[in-house]
Amino acid sequence: MRTFTYDRASDVAAAVAGFAPGTMYLGGGTNLVDLMRLGVAEPERLVDVSKLPLRDVEADGEGLLIGSAVRNADLAAHPLVRERYPMLARAVLTGASGQVRNMATVGGNLLQRTRCSYFQDVTKACNKRSPGSGCPAIEGDHRNLAIFGHSTPQQAPQCVATHPSDMAVALAALDAQVRVAGPEGERVIAMPGLHRLPGTEPDRDTVLRPGELITAVRLPAPPPGASAYRKVRERASFAFALVSVAAALDVSDYGAVQGVRLALGGVAHAPWRARRAEEALLGQQADDDQFRRAADAELAHARPLPGNRYKVALARNLIVAVLRELMPR
Amino acid sequence: MAEITIRLNGTDVPLSVDPRTSLLDLLRERLGLTGTKKGCDHGQCGACTVLIDGRRANACLALAVAQDGADVTTVEGLTSAGHPPDGENEALHPLQAAFIERDAFQCGYCTPGQLCSAAGMLAERGPSAVTADLTADPALVPEEIRERMSGNLCRCGAYVNIVAAIGDVAGSGARAGDGVRATERAGAGSGRGAP
Amino acid sequence: MNRIEGRDKVTGRARYAAEYPADGVAYAFPVQSAIARGLIEFIDATAALDMPGVLAVLSSDDPPELSKDAEPELALFQTRRVAYYGQAVAAVVAESLETARAAARRVRIGYLPESHDVRLRPDHPGLYTPEKVNPAYPTVTEHGDLPGGLAGAAVSIDVTYTTPAEHNNPIEPHAAMAVWADDGVTIYDSTQGATSDRDTIAATLGLPRDKVRVIARHVGGGFGCKGTTRPNAILAAIAARAVARPVKVVLTRQQMFPMTGYRTPTIQRLRLGADAEGRLTALAHDVAEQTSTIVEFAEQTATPTRIMYAAPALRTSHQVVRLDVPTPAWMRAPGECPGMFALESAMDELAVAAGIDPVELRVINDPRTEPHSGLPFSSRNLVGCLREGARRFGWDRRDPSPGIRRDGRWLTGTGVASATYPAYRAASQASATKEDGGFVVRIAAADIGTGARTALTEIAAEALDAPAARVRLELGDSSLPRASVAGGSMGTASWGSAIVKACEDLLKNGSEGSGDTTEDVAGNAGFARHAFGAHFAEVRVDLGTGEVRVPRMLGVFAAGRIIDPTLARSQFIGGITMGLGMALMEETVIDAGTGDFLNHDLAQYHVAACADVQDIDAIWLDEEDPHLNPMGSKGIGEIGIVGSAAAIANAVYHATGRRIRDLPITPAKLLS
Repeated sequence: MRTFTYDRASDVAAAVAGFAPGTMYLGGGTNLVDLMRLGVAEPERLVDVSKLPLRDVEADGEGLLIGSAVRNADLAAHPLVRERYPMLARAVLTGASGQVRNMATVGGNLLQRTRCSYFQDVTKACNKRSPGSGCPAIEGDHRNLAIFGHSTPQQAPQCVATHPSDMAVALAALDAQVRVAGPEGERVIAMPGLHRLPGTEPDRDTVLRPGELITAVRLPAPPPGASAYRKVRERASFAFALVSVAAALDVSDYGAVQGVRLALGGVAHAPWRARRAEEALLGQQADDDQFRRAADAELAHARPLPGNRYKVALARNLIVAVLRELMPR
Repeated sequence: MAEITIRLNGTDVPLSVDPRTSLLDLLRERLGLTGTKKGCDHGQCGACTVLIDGRRANACLALAVAQDGADVTTVEGLTSAGHPPDGENEALHPLQAAFIERDAFQCGYCTPGQLCSAAGMLAERGPSAVTADLTADPALVPEEIRERMSGNLCRCGAYVNIVAAIGDVAGSGARAGDGVRATERAGAGSGRGAP
Repeated sequence: MNRIEGRDKVTGRARYAAEYPADGVAYAFPVQSAIARGLIEFIDATAALDMPGVLAVLSSDDPPELSKDAEPELALFQTRRVAYYGQAVAAVVAESLETARAAARRVRIGYLPESHDVRLRPDHPGLYTPEKVNPAYPTVTEHGDLPGGLAGAAVSIDVTYTTPAEHNNPIEPHAAMAVWADDGVTIYDSTQGATSDRDTIAATLGLPRDKVRVIARHVGGGFGCKGTTRPNAILAAIAARAVARPVKVVLTRQQMFPMTGYRTPTIQRLRLGADAEGRLTALAHDVAEQTSTIVEFAEQTATPTRIMYAAPALRTSHQVVRLDVPTPAWMRAPGECPGMFALESAMDELAVAAGIDPVELRVINDPRTEPHSGLPFSSRNLVGCLREGARRFGWDRRDPSPGIRRDGRWLTGTGVASATYPAYRAASQASATKEDGGFVVRIAAADIGTGARTALTEIAAEALDAPAARVRLELGDSSLPRASVAGGSMGTASWGSAIVKACEDLLKNGSEGSGDTTEDVAGNAGFARHAFGAHFAEVRVDLGTGEVRVPRMLGVFAAGRIIDPTLARSQFIGGITMGLGMALMEETVIDAGTGDFLNHDLAQYHVAACADVQDIDAIWLDEEDPHLNPMGSKGIGEIGIVGSAAAIANAVYHATGRRIRDLPITPAKLLS
């Protein structure tokens, strides 16, 4: 670890005003300290934002306002989240371990970085860490990596990484808005638009500008109907998703889909809002055939790599299974 | 170097720390508290679990410098909580006694982390990833204990006995967040220390 | 009785290798190669040496003085040749761990890389037949007419199974602290055998044995990878010598992957033939596996097939290929573990093909004498284990048809597999004295979590006809009487024998006694000695997602006299749990592009987590065997992992009709 100075921010304005190149904001440290120890992140200065007065979860009109320093565990345990946004609670609860959820903040969870094996190892080439050095995953082991939105053959430098956050997938499905304060003022970024696709700049995970600090996440009113988050992984707990699905389904008395939200995790550089599937479903009968048709409409645009084709079948089956579970009894 | 004060197992300890030092290395290398273990140094095994401000956390991911003013309990503090450390005759925390009775450890290296994690876990209200009804505090059945303890790896495979020991301490009918039911400390004298 | 060291372990008082205090301790951190094969062209340590707090940089620029006979994996910094990715090629010694680690990253190494080959494949031109396989078995055995037996069979199968590289991953990383004094060194090490570790370290450093002492009172798991000396111990010694201070080395989890051993991947071809009644007419087990370019390690994967089932034609063979990979090493049940996965899966396929119940097929083929050698078994009750397990598991109600049981999104099924592990015994020494109002027994054995400390105390107490509370056992120190390694499931048998002898000697002499079993174990021929068992598994599979869950497993064992029921049950269940991981999730990915073990941490290499383990239980049958050792016991530390993965794989077939012959059985494979 390169040595650094540590400061505790007293308020948001001071934190942002003091930003300079080489500064990174420290939340719970569950990803940043990990990356620092790996040598992937080498901040010169850490500004600890975990104690800022951004630790409340409160009703905001019909929606919910979540401070960015709220710990993941507290978010998932909050009565308002459990009652009104169960998809979000479930997503957070499937992430990491109890210890990590106690430490990790909402802001930090959004900004965690890919777990691609090559990215995490500084002895290996990686276009995300060092654009132009190459992407060994493409010819190497990419079983856990992207099937959507990754670099096309025409784009360079290439990157096929996925975003590992479960919480972000639910927030994408819920149309969350991320409030940000930076040297140039405040702004609101709609999800799933916080996270980028790699395009020609795989080193940029998000649209945040230097110095911008996530201060809160606002959820609009919860989508009507039932919702769920399901995560498929290689062991029963404490593992990243192979594929995950966040879904909400609102079915009319006549059995037609009058509202649907669908977002996928584990498949792209960002939480993948499955808009094609949503469009294909709206107004249709809520039944297995339509669920399959909608999933296929989305997955027809998947570009799996030779080693991760299974994710296409997995995503398809998972979408259908989750929607089926959300059908009114 | 940075100046901090940590309340460690009930005592305020002022320290000068290298910002890079983790709470884990502070405990083990600087303070001689080797009860907390390093298994992976990246939050992936749970062997370093301690209680920070009463909540279980991975000491390896906690920078010491960021713990200024924090209340830290380690496995050494579990024993002597309310009792002075007294070698072989000190009273054991109910979890420690249960782990011995249920043979919930083999090599013992993950054990301090399991104990601190279980102590923290028992006090955690709310659902887990396996809870059907999100709105209630679920009963701490074995399936719940297993999920909640999955942040603590045990390569010796003592899970079956670990879950049983935690279940003993939670008590039948326990719900998430009830904490440690048994208030009596286990007595002294069961088993002897080894050199 | 409860584990003797239980209180120390639950209070955090038990000290492991990196946890002993020492004045002025410094830290050494390895620098690892970034190529899999080639030469080091230059090493530039200036940036590292410039950092405040850095005391030294060790490397092949100035090779530390080691014996010229040092084993290649321990001959640190003696050569410019790189043998595998991640090999230790230099080390920084510094005042603090943070400084050592940061400085290690500043050491610049230039390489002349050569193209590497890290891929085991069945048609690799470099495959050859080694002279022997571990520990000293013939590489190839064959009797009977194999082609005739296969051709004349009513039913035959010819299938190939593959298992990946796997890592032991004990939770305690390899660590050592070296303290030099006078002209000798004390090393606090994490090792499965203080005696052999001391012997190896002394030989590596070129010191007489009495100048080296190894202390290992508590060891945080090993499962084989601490059974031989590892670089952490040598590095600690040479670093401490270089800076004239105690030096501590704690390998990171990432460093453990290339530097501390692993189980070789295997490619195993099984050919089985049976007559209309299910009796084997032919059985052939041919194995391909890997080793490094610097050490030949030949895992004895096909050897269990020499002892399991009667077959008039029986062939086993091994081939290895030298690749640019780290040297494989022991991982729990070397040989038996991967070999029985393949054999027991093949027996299941044969049962399916022949329309015979898998339990019955094994009973039908139970041999009266050891199939290859013809030796009589000292005791064998595989059939009893199969029958008892079948009874408890509800096997008589089992419909063999695959893929027909559904519970919501889950298909369910059950599977069975046999288990076996040899009952070895190695020479050891012990002493027993009357002291402190009781008895003190001394032996340089290791308790790596097996409960040896407790079991040996119980053995001594019984031999002395005294209450266990009056017996104190000292172990984990090479200054104690020589003891064999904690491995091969032979610890209790080996050490217990020596302890019994020492105690009997004391009872004869009055105040002290000693025991040396060298001659006793030498006269061991004449019997085939193995423990046997049967694993039963129930699985649920969602073919839509590929998820596999294991609600229930039962192991039934016949392993001679069980010394301590609590310790035994924990060992059996621990081994079965590791078998569950092997079946469903464990895999070390060897990256062809770089040659590295790619998934080198505990988030990427999945071992079973608490939520994976539901109802797992183990029981045993009484078994008396007078041909083993004074305790009548067989080793039990490894048999749990033998066959358990096959039981799960066979259950997955029964649930789904899908036979996955390549471990681990992951969602990706079930969805393909």
